Amino acid sequence: MIRSEILREIAPILRDQLVVCNIGLPSQELHMIDDQPTNFYMLGTMGLSSSIGLGLALAQDKTVISIDGDGSVLTNLGTLPTIANNVADNYILMIIDNGSYGSTGDQPTYAGKKTKLEAVAAACGCENVVTCKDVDTGKVLQAAIDSKKMTVIVVKCDSGNIKLPVITMDPVVIRDRFMKSVQA
Amino acid sequence: MSISTKIVDDFVANGVDFITTVPCKQLAGVIDEVEARPEIYHIPSNKEDEGMGLCAGAFMGGKRPAIIMQNTAIGVTINTLATLTQYYRMPLPMLISYRGELREPVACQVEMAVHTKALLQQMLIPTYHFHKESDADEMDAILKYTFMCNKPVAILTDASFWGGYGDQ
Repeated sequence: MIRSEILREIAPILRDQLVVCNIGLPSQELHMIDDQPTNFYMLGTMGLSSSIGLGLALAQDKTVISIDGDGSVLTNLGTLPTIANNVADNYILMIIDNGSYGSTGDQPTYAGKKTKLEAVAAACGCENVVTCKDVDTGKVLQAAIDSKKMTVIVVKCDSGNIKLPVITMDPVVIRDRFMKSVQA
Repeated sequence: MSISTKIVDDFVANGVDFITTVPCKQLAGVIDEVEARPEIYHIPSNKEDEGMGLCAGAFMGGKRPAIIMQNTAIGVTINTLATLTQYYRMPLPMLISYRGELREPVACQVEMAVHTKALLQQMLIPTYHFHKESDADEMDAILKYTFMCNKPVAILTDASFWGGYGDQ
């Protein structure tokens, strides 16, 4: 499966959660598949989905899912020790690991070569690290939500993108409706 | 009262309850004070742009965040300031040690110092510069201003500001 197929499959699970979605195609895909006010779409700032999600989880009690990519996590590798040492049991970092920088044309990442992000996360001190196949994403994500334990999920899937439009919503509107959902 | 205590008192009085820091010799006293306050969640960052991401999330979760960093971090965080903090219009007080100004003993620090104010000006970030202890009297008003206008605001604190407190 490719990332957009996974997002389509887990959309019913994501719908009821606060979601911070990575820059580029992941946000565009989630926006097209199932736009919700509970989705925070990143329109820039590669690498910070995990950090924004952690900050949000630490600030309030609702479950927060950061949808990130392997390339994006490599951009901000310092996030993993910060996540490990500031445990928020309402936080799930879901790394969709397709071994490539999808939004820029599927150039290979080091995670697609020798680097194993699940081992990095564990070595950083993350206590619940789950690696799963693309077809099992929904089941694993729901289990992580139900566990109420901070979890890092590494989803192994194929690289590949679909053609779709950019998000034209104003960033302040995205932020405002998201904050209202957080407070609701 | 130490200047670090006064500054952190101002943070607390303005409801700032989530502060991220990176290590800094000049700011060590403030960082210790932040860590000591039960009203503040102190989350050390590995890099300042990571910290700004944490602050963005915390703000959307209902906290009042701040970042404590060195001026070299301006070079690290320009993209994050532009495409996250400013683009989504979020408040962020930035308490910044201004290395490379008067009394600086390390020549390399001067290289970022000469760019610091120009970069902040280019980014249209309101900037305040504390040279002496009494300058910190503005801290309360600066914090109110930051959360009023939902912008990142820079507070540069040079060695002269901290210098009266024994370090140099």
